[in-house]
Amino acid sequence: MITVLEANGLSKRYGHKWALSECTLAIPAGKVVGVVGPNGAGKTTLLHLAVGLLQPSAGSISVLGGRPGTTAGQLARVGFVAQDTPTYAGLSIAEHLRFGAWTNPSWDQKLAEDRIEGLGLDPGQKAGKLSGGQRAQLALTLAVAKRPELLVLDEPVASLDPLARREFLQGLMEVVVDHGASVVLSSHLVADLERVCDYLVVLVGSRLQVAGDIDELLSSHHRLTGPRRDRGSLPRDHQVIGESHTDRQSTLVVRAHDPVLDPLWSVEKLDLEDLVLAYMSRAVKVDRRPKLEVRS
Amino acid sequence: MIEFHLDARSGVAPYQQVVQQVRHALRLGLIEVGDQLPTVKEVVASLAINPNTVLKAYKELENLGLAAARPGIGTFVTKTLSDDSLAAHGPLRQDLQRWLSKARRAGLGEESIEALFRDVVRASSAQGVA
Repeated sequence: MITVLEANGLSKRYGHKWALSECTLAIPAGKVVGVVGPNGAGKTTLLHLAVGLLQPSAGSISVLGGRPGTTAGQLARVGFVAQDTPTYAGLSIAEHLRFGAWTNPSWDQKLAEDRIEGLGLDPGQKAGKLSGGQRAQLALTLAVAKRPELLVLDEPVASLDPLARREFLQGLMEVVVDHGASVVLSSHLVADLERVCDYLVVLVGSRLQVAGDIDELLSSHHRLTGPRRDRGSLPRDHQVIGESHTDRQSTLVVRAHDPVLDPLWSVEKLDLEDLVLAYMSRAVKVDRRPKLEVRS
Repeated sequence: MIEFHLDARSGVAPYQQVVQQVRHALRLGLIEVGDQLPTVKEVVASLAINPNTVLKAYKELENLGLAAARPGIGTFVTKTLSDDSLAAHGPLRQDLQRWLSKARRAGLGEESIEALFRDVVRASSAQGVA
């Protein structure tokens, strides 16, 4: 398998606080990867490690087979759009493109100009005068015109209105078709990613909760409801992600590769949002457990 | 050319929605043998979905024998699902519309109409009438 991003025990600490703890994953090439999790989960830290803006405190990360940000060649292969799609307010669009051409050896000026024209933007316009959606499109253009093999975007649509959000994701998907780049993008909203991503990484509280092909994740997770039962009564290969019980009924979210055949359970599929929520609430519970024990 | 749309709340996987919409259009004679389906880029650009979703849907249509890909050109319809009954669609549609206005006059809402329709279809196919 060709991996676009591989992490082994990857950790990053700020002072005493771990922003990312022992993250191990291998993301295959050619995917559109969604990194989801609540604010402060470690998404930005992971992306900054991937583009070489941060160095690991422990563990290792390799991107497209190289160490992030170490050589000019490596920098040229990865395009990065930082959070809130920053641009230089005082520079015009044309000046942004010239700056891009000057700083990137693999710059494709025609691609950049075509994209700006296709968006109906005036190259003479100052970036400070652009709407949020247009600024995001300019930032995407700059990242795409260097012809990267991997495009990394940190919360690119968080601050956009629904229409601009849709237009941005349309543009991004066109880039994937045209240039075959792999994409890693983060969001705290699953709904934003559901249509565009085919691989999911869930981070909560600095830890990786689950990562995998979305189709595979959806087909291997089930919601079981039935008469109240102990989780110990489940087959061994069922991994319980979440459970809730009333005095009569049990509801479980399980990961199981084989179909659940026990007739006592009624089995439902989960949608992506439910799946992510199940992992998020599990992480929160695990986090709380030791504190409660200390108090008692 | 047909245009796809996605219903996020339907619970049906996006690629299956694309397949269904092609089947539906074939069934109604909206597209015919030889017609080109939208290119992956066109679908992606209008729906903002992952290209692999479209590829998967088109692959499925190929497996069903309904479409074939011509490398570098596009995907084309190779089989139709409409049959001789297509000619009868017009009059049937009119009858149905008349029935619908009658149902609305009787005070049935969209949901009641759909429920009733489905129930009758189900009941009659159970009897082996349909």
